Amino acid sequence: MIDFALIAEKMPSFLGGTDGAPVMSTTDGLLMTLELLAMSLVLGLALSVPLALGRVSKNKWIARPVWLFTYVFRGTPMLVQLFIIYYGLSQFDWVRQSWAWDYLQSAYVCAILAFTLNTSAYTTEIIAGQIRNTHWGEIEAAKAVGMGRWLMMRRIVIPSALRRALPAYSNEVIMMLQGTSIAGLVTLADLTGVARRVYADTYQPFEPFLVAGAFYLALTVLFVWLFKRAEKRWLAFLGPRKA
Amino acid sequence: MKPLIALGALSCALSFAVSAETLRFATDASYPPFSKQAANGQMTGFDPDIAQALCKAMKATCEVLPQDFDGIIPALNAKKFDAVIASMNITDERKKAVDFSDRYYNMPSRLVGKAGATVNDAWFKGKKIGVLRSSIQEKYARDHWTKLGASIVSYGKAPESFLDLKAGRVDASFVDAAVGDTDLLKTPNGKGYAFVGSEYNEAKYFGNGAGIAVRKGDKALLDRINKALKEIRADGSYTAVQKKYFSFDIYGK
Repeated sequence: MIDFALIAEKMPSFLGGTDGAPVMSTTDGLLMTLELLAMSLVLGLALSVPLALGRVSKNKWIARPVWLFTYVFRGTPMLVQLFIIYYGLSQFDWVRQSWAWDYLQSAYVCAILAFTLNTSAYTTEIIAGQIRNTHWGEIEAAKAVGMGRWLMMRRIVIPSALRRALPAYSNEVIMMLQGTSIAGLVTLADLTGVARRVYADTYQPFEPFLVAGAFYLALTVLFVWLFKRAEKRWLAFLGPRKA
Repeated sequence: MKPLIALGALSCALSFAVSAETLRFATDASYPPFSKQAANGQMTGFDPDIAQALCKAMKATCEVLPQDFDGIIPALNAKKFDAVIASMNITDERKKAVDFSDRYYNMPSRLVGKAGATVNDAWFKGKKIGVLRSSIQEKYARDHWTKLGASIVSYGKAPESFLDLKAGRVDASFVDAAVGDTDLLKTPNGKGYAFVGSEYNEAKYFGNGAGIAVRKGDKALLDRINKALKEIRADGSYTAVQKKYFSFDIYGK
């Protein structure tokens, strides 16, 4: 039923060893998926903290554009965003003649750009929601000790909001992991891209996608475990008091 | 008595269904001029038209379905359709997975690149070559040009590689000559591009032309298709279809 010999033969392809090359000699497969995920999560998180502050700002000239950004990027599929950035932008001469083309030319950069914008839109909303949720007691206490607006944001509101955002953010990370599987559609060889290549070579759809699925599942298990530990450490104060 | 009558009626209905048989052919969704999906969803192009001509000769109704090329053989084997007419060259590698009819056309493969480029072994160093995933061109390119220093970029659809050629993401596209001609060079996008280098038709990779694929062991259908192929070659319907898309003979010698 399951052709284990085929799986064994093609396993190196998922680990950067296509066509008999040594394992990890290229970034194809697992490494590409992890790179795309790590880059877009780090950049997306870095973007989303200031964006979240903008989102809850009382100044509507700041809040409105951020609202529009998250609305558009959460309201369209990531695949569509990737196609617009990769195939769409390249159709304009002025894009191809600009400095940005040095970067947009590469499928890798386009994928990271699309993934970053997408995840930062979701993460912005997650963090903004937790900023709004900050307990009034914390704010009152900060004011009582004489903290100014920015000091209070920096020392009290943001750290507390980021901690409380952890459970929702772990979901976003796992969604992004699965989301990177569309990178193969713009010629990148991530886990799904490699699975498609093996499938095309061997005419066997079952085994390659099964292997790719197992990789995603293992990564998900790993991330869930890591976030569980992180929550234990940073969200302990929200748990029931230990006797 | 009633169940018997019902059974009789059912068997009548069944035999009727067999006589008005529908054959399902799959073709690449986007490989002009051989296949292209029209706005209404209908498949048009040389491959679907040949399929219709064959079905007429076989006195069957034809349904032509679009399918991305890289999944076309697995889908055939999964019985999503009965035969594949997708400009698929007859190669030994593919014969392990499917059975092929006699060829229905034979065209060389060619590189499309910036007009005026001189292609020799040295040219390939550092170049990016776009190919259709799972195609004979991909196989040939990976086997021959990777070691010359080229990198091979695989696409799910041929037109995507032309978009990236135009955008400068690949230096050349390696495709069936007729596709390069119709879908790029003859369009406004083809300005400044041309066939570069020689024609590729090494039999080991490119086989002896394109054939219609059926599931392994489906000899009954294969024999009917081969017979129908001979008929449409003889009665002029092949030539009529060819004239719609090409100004030259693509059947080959």
